Amino acid sequence: MREILVLTFLAIGTFFLLLGSWGLIRLPDVLCRMHATTKSTTFGACGLLLALALDAGWSEAGFKSLLAVVFLLLTAPVGAHMIARAAYRGRVPLADQTTIDELKPVYETLGFWTEDKRGPGEVIYRSEDLQ
Amino acid sequence: MIPIAVNVALSVVGLSMLLCAYRAIRGPTLPDRIVAFDAWVSNLIAVVVLLTMRDRIAFGMDLVLVIAILGFLGTMAVAKYLKGGDIFA
Repeated sequence: MREILVLTFLAIGTFFLLLGSWGLIRLPDVLCRMHATTKSTTFGACGLLLALALDAGWSEAGFKSLLAVVFLLLTAPVGAHMIARAAYRGRVPLADQTTIDELKPVYETLGFWTEDKRGPGEVIYRSEDLQ
Repeated sequence: MIPIAVNVALSVVGLSMLLCAYRAIRGPTLPDRIVAFDAWVSNLIAVVVLLTMRDRIAFGMDLVLVIAILGFLGTMAVAKYLKGGDIFA
């Protein structure tokens, strides 16, 4: 019974890791790629860690893997949010299929995107750099 | 049954790491590379977990915790550099 559970968690974790990397290759845009990878690779790594926790049982490795699951679930959204914010403020070009950008008028009102208020390290990308 | 499944999972995760490395090398902008690095670190954690399951490495989970912390710190440092040009502000 435990073996079946371990095999199930192994299959789920490996599948979601491969799915996240496939989305990283296929999708057209930084924010789309982040949408594909951040959730599914974290979920896949957590699946594999849970498989190890079930396999190791009541031991040191099992508890440390549960601790690693908690750490991954705490830090992955923070890192993804910081990358997304930095990328959007650096004016990374969005894909051509983008239909609505609700944050753009807010940024233009707040003055983040006027030329003279640009921060020292912000990089402006051209839209032909996207491919 | 479990060692065979772990070997199959190791090869699949290796393929996934290759895809992430392709995006990190090719990626047109710097945020693309950071996203690819983040996904690559998750795959590296998975590889260490699978090797720990297969070979019963004693310090494998310590390795996993250290890799997770270093990956988060690296992602955060590059994101702060990208945002304002100053990491320690």
